[in-house]
Amino acid sequence: MEITGAEIVVRCLQEEGVEVVFGYPGGAVLNIYDEIYKQDKFQHVLVRHEQGAVHAADGYARASGRVGVALVTSGPGATNAVTGIATAYMDSIPMVVITGQVPTAAIGLDAFQEVDTVGITRPCVKHNFLVSDVKDLATTIKKAFYIAASGRPGPVVVDIPKDVTINKADFDYPAQVSMRSYNPVTKGHTGQIKRAVQMILGAKRPMIYTGGGVILSNAAEALTGLVKLLGFPCTSTLMGLGGYPANDSQFLGMLGMHGTFEANMAVQHSDVLIAIGARFDDRVIGNPEHFFQEDRKIIHIDIDPASIAKRVKVDVPIVGNVHDVLEEMVKLIQASHEKPDANALKTWWTQIELWRSRDCLKYDRDAEFIKPQFVLEKLYEITDGNAYVSSDVGQHQMWAAQFYKFDKPRRWINSGGLGTMGFGLPAAMGAQFIDRDATVACVTGEGSIQMNIQELATCKQYNLPLKIILLNNGYLGMVRQWQEFFYGNRYSESTMEFLPDFVKLAESYGHVGMRIDKPGDVEAALKQAFSPEMKDRLVFMDFRTDPTENVYPMVPSGKGLSEMLLV
Amino acid sequence: MRHIISILMENESGALSRVAGLFSARGYNIESLNVAPTEDETLSRMTIVTRGSEEVIEQIIKQLNKLVDVVKVVDLSEGRHIEREMMLVKVKAEGSWREEMKRMADIFRGRIIDVSDSTYTIELTGNVSKLDAFLEALDKTAILETVRTGASGIGRDDRILRV
Repeated sequence: MEITGAEIVVRCLQEEGVEVVFGYPGGAVLNIYDEIYKQDKFQHVLVRHEQGAVHAADGYARASGRVGVALVTSGPGATNAVTGIATAYMDSIPMVVITGQVPTAAIGLDAFQEVDTVGITRPCVKHNFLVSDVKDLATTIKKAFYIAASGRPGPVVVDIPKDVTINKADFDYPAQVSMRSYNPVTKGHTGQIKRAVQMILGAKRPMIYTGGGVILSNAAEALTGLVKLLGFPCTSTLMGLGGYPANDSQFLGMLGMHGTFEANMAVQHSDVLIAIGARFDDRVIGNPEHFFQEDRKIIHIDIDPASIAKRVKVDVPIVGNVHDVLEEMVKLIQASHEKPDANALKTWWTQIELWRSRDCLKYDRDAEFIKPQFVLEKLYEITDGNAYVSSDVGQHQMWAAQFYKFDKPRRWINSGGLGTMGFGLPAAMGAQFIDRDATVACVTGEGSIQMNIQELATCKQYNLPLKIILLNNGYLGMVRQWQEFFYGNRYSESTMEFLPDFVKLAESYGHVGMRIDKPGDVEAALKQAFSPEMKDRLVFMDFRTDPTENVYPMVPSGKGLSEMLLV
Repeated sequence: MRHIISILMENESGALSRVAGLFSARGYNIESLNVAPTEDETLSRMTIVTRGSEEVIEQIIKQLNKLVDVVKVVDLSEGRHIEREMMLVKVKAEGSWREEMKRMADIFRGRIIDVSDSTYTIELTGNVSKLDAFLEALDKTAILETVRTGASGIGRDDRILRV
């Protein structure tokens, strides 16, 4: 029996097992919304801005590993979604974004709410489709989910003209699709893995450096197994946090621009660097010339061949799914007669402990102002390290990464690659939809939170009991920090001279607002916010923090990893 | 180094813009680009001439392979190959130029495919340097218009690019 394109869209989402769609209706998607009205297999979440819809789908995907789904209308609906799409693209998040389009006959005629969505999103999607015939609709949506979730994941946009949602076709959802032009490699080359294992077992100063690929390929357990088996030190990028238990002594903390002294020094001075699902980006290795002053061998495991040898030359490239490659490595190492050089490792660990004793994350614990680091330490303690923590972008993001010890994957939800302010609140909403009883905290700044503050209304509508940790220092903190360090204290446009009363603001949205001014009140406020009596309430905590606090360590732009600014 | 890259891709709307967009977004250089459907109309064959270090070319090939519409990519310059480009040149053909232009076309094995009282249109096929040499050899003031297709390439012997 033939059904309309709109019904096909809804049926496809049901067939994919989609549980929640974040969206915002409009002219071009009215038919789809009419079909959504008639069904109850998935929930639709009405956000307050399309950017929020895409970030929420993104947060949902990051926290669950499933494909996030967003639905927006044509024109401004699609353009508002672009920041969210680009955010997901930079962090390789699986997502399908369905955008409405003007009717096929109107395309190219500058119709009302027309924009070339496929053209605009092309550089920031893994792939996109314009569906021009209703007969192709189901297969296209199947392909979109397949492409989004396989290989190196990423967002896929499906642009559907309004007439396609009205036209009818038989519905037959394919169980699977194959595409001759798209066959991602998953299994690593056995010969290369053997070479890597040889190199690993011969290392004197080994270092394991992991990234978002560990999280994306669900390889946390395999990674932990490998690191424990070898006894090597390991570090993680911002995107990989939670891939290895942060509380374990073999973990040296995050590396990179705001990484720890010990992690950065160990990477710089290693003789064998094992990069796992990480891409050597500019925030991680600092100045590449400086990075290469030290002689070291590099093993690089990544599912995307284009990530290998993009920024650094590597000695042993392994293209494949991180999880599968790590499991194969563990087997080979266990079967090998050789063992890591225990004496060399002992010397190496002695050096590392010396670096670690520098205590690079120390801060003034007796300060008159609330130190943001202290808030995050307490947040970690009070939530037992079990919360999903989303963040926005800036100083608070780095402090959260440094001070919340993520022991599990998919708990740390932040925009690493694109650095999108306004990500945190909607992403936290998305995470809450996975488990309505889970503790979800959003660490944010007064700049970032205002970029998608409207979503507080969505939180009320769906009773999302998020805990918002606003580290309010009255500045665009990271901008101010750069201006202090590199622009002669000229704080150009980095001060918000007017801020709303966040307590009243939260209350006006029907939430609980708190303002915390003194260090002595931090712990009690957090305890209250996370107490059973607030279990069903969104609590917005406005912490007034030290306005001049900086994030340390810092590798200044253009400097090498061992040239950190330290407290 | 100059490289000639051949791409077999799905003949779908937007496929060209994905390739062109990739080159501009990542700052790769395009010296010439041409594209047309193959004997299998679901596939297009594109030839791109580009310049870059070995690292850049490696990235270009990898990034092209990553595009979902791209079926196969080969760097023809890695092996024995043939390269041809077609050019149409409209030249002045008045007075003494009328004989001179015909002679030049003959020397370069070009063909005059359109004649008017005052112009010839010459068709010339060859590798890029031959076409350059022809333009070099002509009196600049005689050239009214040139159109070039950009290079197309194919592997020699049994180097075959197909699905």
